[in-house]
Amino acid sequence: MKYLCLVYLEEQKLHAVPDNECMACGDVFRNSGVLIAAEALQPIATAATVRVRNGKVSVTDGPFAETKEQLAGFYLLDARDLNEAIQMAAKIPPAREGSVEVRPVRELTP
Amino acid sequence: MTGPVHEALNAVYVEHSRRVLATLIRLLGDFDLAEEALHDAFRAALEQWPRDGIPANPRAWLVSAGRFKAIDGLRRRSRFDALEDVGERADVAVTDSAAWADEESVEDDRLRLIFTCCHPALAADAQVALTLREVCGLTTEQIAQAFLTPAPTLAQRIVRAKAKIRDARIPYQVPTPAELPDRLDAVLRVIYLVFNEGYEASSGELLTRPDLSAEAIRLGRLLSELLPEPEVLGLLALMLLHESRREARTSPTGELVRLDEQDRSRWDRALIAEGTRLIERALLSRRFGPYTIQAAISAVHAEAPNPAATDWNEIVGLYDVLLRSDPSPIVELNRAVAIAMRDGSDAGVKVIDEIFARGDLLEYRLAHAARADLCRRLGRVDEARVSYQRAIALTKQEPERRFLERQLRELPADVALKGPGIGK
Repeated sequence: MKYLCLVYLEEQKLHAVPDNECMACGDVFRNSGVLIAAEALQPIATAATVRVRNGKVSVTDGPFAETKEQLAGFYLLDARDLNEAIQMAAKIPPAREGSVEVRPVRELTP
Repeated sequence: MTGPVHEALNAVYVEHSRRVLATLIRLLGDFDLAEEALHDAFRAALEQWPRDGIPANPRAWLVSAGRFKAIDGLRRRSRFDALEDVGERADVAVTDSAAWADEESVEDDRLRLIFTCCHPALAADAQVALTLREVCGLTTEQIAQAFLTPAPTLAQRIVRAKAKIRDARIPYQVPTPAELPDRLDAVLRVIYLVFNEGYEASSGELLTRPDLSAEAIRLGRLLSELLPEPEVLGLLALMLLHESRREARTSPTGELVRLDEQDRSRWDRALIAEGTRLIERALLSRRFGPYTIQAAISAVHAEAPNPAATDWNEIVGLYDVLLRSDPSPIVELNRAVAIAMRDGSDAGVKVIDEIFARGDLLEYRLAHAARADLCRRLGRVDEARVSYQRAIALTKQEPERRFLERQLRELPADVALKGPGIGK
């Protein structure tokens, strides 16, 4: 089962964890065959929000909702179950600075 | 239907239904399916046992019958129903069949069930509801009544929790040794919460709801058989020691009786002895934690034939140990009261005021009640009055409110009156 681990951090803590530590974590996941994808994100100031209403595209700046912590990156992992996903999420370095939300992926039904 | 078989079946239900359910959840991989299968199995027993006699191993019979009915049902349904995972689940159920019978995996099933119901990914109130429903076998209505929650709300809570177990794939397993300490904490928290709701009902007319405490103690005993970790024993001891005073802590009119005013001859000595033995076992392990220390504090009270004989020095020492392992303002408050008993009320008031000065416990009714009581003993009537009023404003529980109002009314009008200090 796929789990998306969403890494949340306060803006000033985006660089609290050195990049090489995050890369090492990604390598560990990749070598054990559980990593499907992982990326770090630019700060929310770089974001654009897109909505389509009545066929019209509207674009606004910033994220959908203002929160103290922002989405800083993600890991898409393949885990046996939630317990395994939680154990992996606990190894993601920014977990000690911010938080990691573990969400099971919903398979779309055709 | 003959009487004896019916009675036997009832006894089997009481003794085995939770075990059978726990195993069926493992075999069928689904809570709802397992509950339905459990129901079907007992219905089959009701038909067959009067005719064929009671099987030698009723539990194995019921698991087998439940499993068969469930798989049969899944197969029949899958003919009409294109859901892919139904077929998949039935296959799992069939291939798993070899492992279900042996005693050890069946006992493990009960632990699996407890750890799954108390999974930290579930909301705290859902953990409690699910544990009482699935592990204890209480009905949704009984749980709703005990927690003064509308039954539909509680039913919804259980439905959502089961959906989360399925959709997020919360596994049906006993945690690995590395995960165990944290996961066990979550289980113990649920059990203690159930106990406390039964011992000091947080709201409502009645001071206690003994049924919930009894369920919590039953859970504690079950867990101490299945997983005799030191803190499991410590929590069971703590609950037993609290329980030993249940009769003495309420007056015939339903009023709260303080520990130092309780009739100690009404304390249940058998429960105290059992609790004390458990504490000794837990302490010997040298891996004990906050529950064991709290139980030890409770045991010091239990040992004293009268309030004056209480070893307050020992109690303050135990609170110091507790503060180191589990620091919290509430523990500090309890320690403050113990200090008041050992060193005099003014020393206790000083510690409570330090906690308030930090901004802690300002909304905690028992902190104001404790301060009021100490000020009353010191003859600081004006301060006592203010603290009682604050405590009364914060309490939501009727007997407690009446108790505090009585204390407030009985304060001497004369400010000059100097009460004797308590303790030494």
